[in-house]
Amino acid sequence: MAPPSSRRSGFSKKAQFSVFTGYLLAGVGALAGFGLLLLSLWQPSAFAPLRGAAGDVVAPAGEVTAAARTGSNDLFDGVAAYFRAGSQNAALREEVEIARIRLAEAEAVEAENRRLMALLELREGQTKAVATARLVGSTATSGRRLAFLGVGRNDGVVPGMPVTSQRGVIGRVLETGRNSARVLLLTDSESVLPVRRAKDDVVAFAEGRGNGLLRVRLVNLGINPLKPGDMMVTSGAGGYYRPGVAVAVISEITPDGGIARLVAEPSATNFVAVEPIFEPAAVAALKSPREPLDEADATPPQAAPTPSDQASE
Amino acid sequence: MMERLNQRSRSDPYGSRINRTQSPLRAGSVPYLSIMLGSLLPVLLIADVMPLVPPLGFLVLLAWRLMRPGLLPLWAGAPLGAFDDLVSGQPFGSAVLLWSLAMIAIELIEARFPWRGFWQDWFTAALAAALYWVAALMLSGAPVTPELLVVALPQALLSVLIYPILVRMVASLDRFRLARARRIE
Repeated sequence: MAPPSSRRSGFSKKAQFSVFTGYLLAGVGALAGFGLLLLSLWQPSAFAPLRGAAGDVVAPAGEVTAAARTGSNDLFDGVAAYFRAGSQNAALREEVEIARIRLAEAEAVEAENRRLMALLELREGQTKAVATARLVGSTATSGRRLAFLGVGRNDGVVPGMPVTSQRGVIGRVLETGRNSARVLLLTDSESVLPVRRAKDDVVAFAEGRGNGLLRVRLVNLGINPLKPGDMMVTSGAGGYYRPGVAVAVISEITPDGGIARLVAEPSATNFVAVEPIFEPAAVAALKSPREPLDEADATPPQAAPTPSDQASE
Repeated sequence: MMERLNQRSRSDPYGSRINRTQSPLRAGSVPYLSIMLGSLLPVLLIADVMPLVPPLGFLVLLAWRLMRPGLLPLWAGAPLGAFDDLVSGQPFGSAVLLWSLAMIAIELIEARFPWRGFWQDWFTAALAAALYWVAALMLSGAPVTPELLVVALPQALLSVLIYPILVRMVASLDRFRLARARRIE
């Protein structure tokens, strides 16, 4: 189809000017976009308030689809269980799976306790969740793996808080709106999390690979002690996550660590809990501007490396 | 009393021609609303493993632009892209830049090849979608690793293949847009 003839400017000065203005505005738009892009790559949180407002608008719609999603998940589970051995079977299997994770976590807690008791005779209480909410959406078109939460500043959520499901770590709050928040999922390639093996103290960093798997890099290189099936839990280093929460299971061994599968898949969760920052003092100390670490620490949360980034680089 | 042989003889695809007119509000707003809806819909899916859904907002923009040349002004890519950036997870400004560039590029292509058909439109859209896919991955702020490219490949394929469907949907939206809904008293 040919473009409408009305768009040919011909000798009409007015038409010529309007075509020219169109090109001019489009060019200005592209240039403005380039400037904004540079600004947001340089200062990732510069547009956080705008995004927060947009998130607040989208979140209610997300609540509906989230409810529908969990409903349909339950439905499919029920049908599948009926065809196998009755709906009890599915429930029991899920329970056993969670119990296995809990067992691995208990091992971790036990090791932690032993060490602490040996050192200081300290005890830790169970942390209380700041808020509980559904994951209402995610950035399904982008290369970044971010999710949206249905709670925000009004519920006491602040950037940096860890987000966990009943199975394990989901991610960390990146930006907050009034009633919504953005979560950096573990699978995002900018996410780094200090972990250790559940049964002993092999410490490592779990980095997102951008393809749904985590890359576990050992801190102490040498003979690789990891084996497929090893459970990695948070180590508590860096101050964001409390220690001993399940993160991932090693599925493949590499020379410097392994490739791990997530324990808590965001798409399969119903409700997630936003927990308080484990040791705010440690996080604040790392964020305070100091000369040697100044550059990396002063940048806002999106690029703002957890302490682990510093150590890993 | 005379029966009318054909009940629809006084109407066309946009409705009855007697006593009805198009609604300017609807005619002006439907393209923009549908593009914004295209930006919003993928957000409601939980994609924790890989970029899963084609950039629907951009593809709907392409479909409107190619199917109805001259309807969207040349600069429409900037504001619509800004809205897309707010929810897409890309750094703010990436869609403003890429959508504006796409609009200018299609304008130039149209000036060069004024007579176009469906296949050529699909080719243009496929080229634009593939380039957009690469550019968006590079601008996303995540390092572009071979793993990321492999898992994102289905997204590129889907964005190319979904164009004919989207164009049909946009065509029906266009009929809705131009339907004679307003009654002249």
